[in-house]
Amino acid sequence: MLWIWLLCFVFVCNSERIYEGLVVYHDELKLPDLPYDYNALEPYIDEATVKVHHLGHHKTYGDNTNKALKEWREADPTSPLARSSIVRILQEITEVPETWQVAIRNNGGGFVNHVIYWATMCPNGGGSPSGELMMQINRAFGSYVAFQEHFTSAASKLFGSGYVWLCENEKGGLVITSTKNQDSPLSDGLYPLLVVDIWEHAYYLKHQNKRAGYIQSWWNTVCWDEVPKLQRFWHQSRNSL
Amino acid sequence: MSVVSSLVRLARAAPFAARFKHTLPPLPYAYNALEPVISREIMEIHHTKHHAAYVNNLNVAEDQLKDYVGRGDVNSMIAVQNAVKFNGGGHINHSIFWNNLTPHGEGQPKGDLLAAIQRDFGSFDTLKTQLASKTVAIQGSGWGWLGYNKERGKLDLAACSNQDPLQATTGLIPLLGIDVWEHAYYLQYKNVRGDYVKAIWNIVNWKDVSARYDAAIEG
Repeated sequence: MLWIWLLCFVFVCNSERIYEGLVVYHDELKLPDLPYDYNALEPYIDEATVKVHHLGHHKTYGDNTNKALKEWREADPTSPLARSSIVRILQEITEVPETWQVAIRNNGGGFVNHVIYWATMCPNGGGSPSGELMMQINRAFGSYVAFQEHFTSAASKLFGSGYVWLCENEKGGLVITSTKNQDSPLSDGLYPLLVVDIWEHAYYLKHQNKRAGYIQSWWNTVCWDEVPKLQRFWHQSRNSL
Repeated sequence: MSVVSSLVRLARAAPFAARFKHTLPPLPYAYNALEPVISREIMEIHHTKHHAAYVNNLNVAEDQLKDYVGRGDVNSMIAVQNAVKFNGGGHINHSIFWNNLTPHGEGQPKGDLLAAIQRDFGSFDTLKTQLASKTVAIQGSGWGWLGYNKERGKLDLAACSNQDPLQATTGLIPLLGIDVWEHAYYLQYKNVRGDYVKAIWNIVNWKDVSARYDAAIEG
């Protein structure tokens, strides 16, 4: 019987979601592996883009965050916030000393934003949500179609670089919101459930200037199985944050 | 009264008189002329898609603004400001950019501009280092600029977000802009913005930058 428990233990450990580490303190943030192969989101998001996006952009955000955190921790060995999780730090971003606030907002935000982006996409994605999440979407937006239209419209209209998010607020209500550059909705008291990266690097190799084509493609990668798991994760983590 | 002046009066009185429309300026060189620094593919998309979209959307935003002004709808006038700034800025910035670049880069400025650079930055190399550093560090989309501060009579550097136009945003008169929106370099340089900014010095049109400087100190 013991081997069954061991197998379950191993299975549970291997099922750790790539966002689970975000709410825990680390000496150094590590770039998580993607939950799928680099070509797994084809034909919607091309392999070349996923590779550069993950190993280039996302990695750089992590490295720069680590640099800023290290300097802050050395400069202020007693700061409890400096020794919190990156999620906590983003939630309290205005408390970060000025010397490192911009660097952590931009790079820490970039690190976390991309984890959520990867986590809520998957091969064989698309379709629509079900269960409790679908009911919440209907309540908040009228229907799934209305939600999709509203989300797509926000993503199309965003000026410059940024993200469009489906978030849950403290009261459990769903909202569509956008952030510029690498700003995180966590800094606005929101919990991100789904996100589309609208920085040009997310789509330029395949779609060039045709952002609308990218957004349309991206809907086919949305992992509606994963979004409720992320939602539960935030519910469970809130108390320890 | 001449026929011409009668026609002019008629045109002015006509309720559907043609409104001013911005147009996409042609590039002063072929799409492949800036290779190997900037690829033909990037130049073509950058000019015919991105800049063209700013021009088209600026015309739309201006038409909307004129309607709102005509109807006294202040709320809508304010709401459309972002579109005017974004697309108008995009049109201004790119119109300068195409002329700031040349296939026949001379490597460095001369004459009065060089003297001003040495006066205000110490050396041309220092200017390059500072402008490159400021430009590469821009978060998200934006432009790095060498500009002229008319009030203080000196050159200055600035970074602007998105398509915020230099003069309207900072008061500096634009002399040389470096576009670091990812669309300006991504197909060729991917995430290595630093390599693009390093390479662009080879195609800066210092004659154009000098002409802008001369106009700025005179104006």
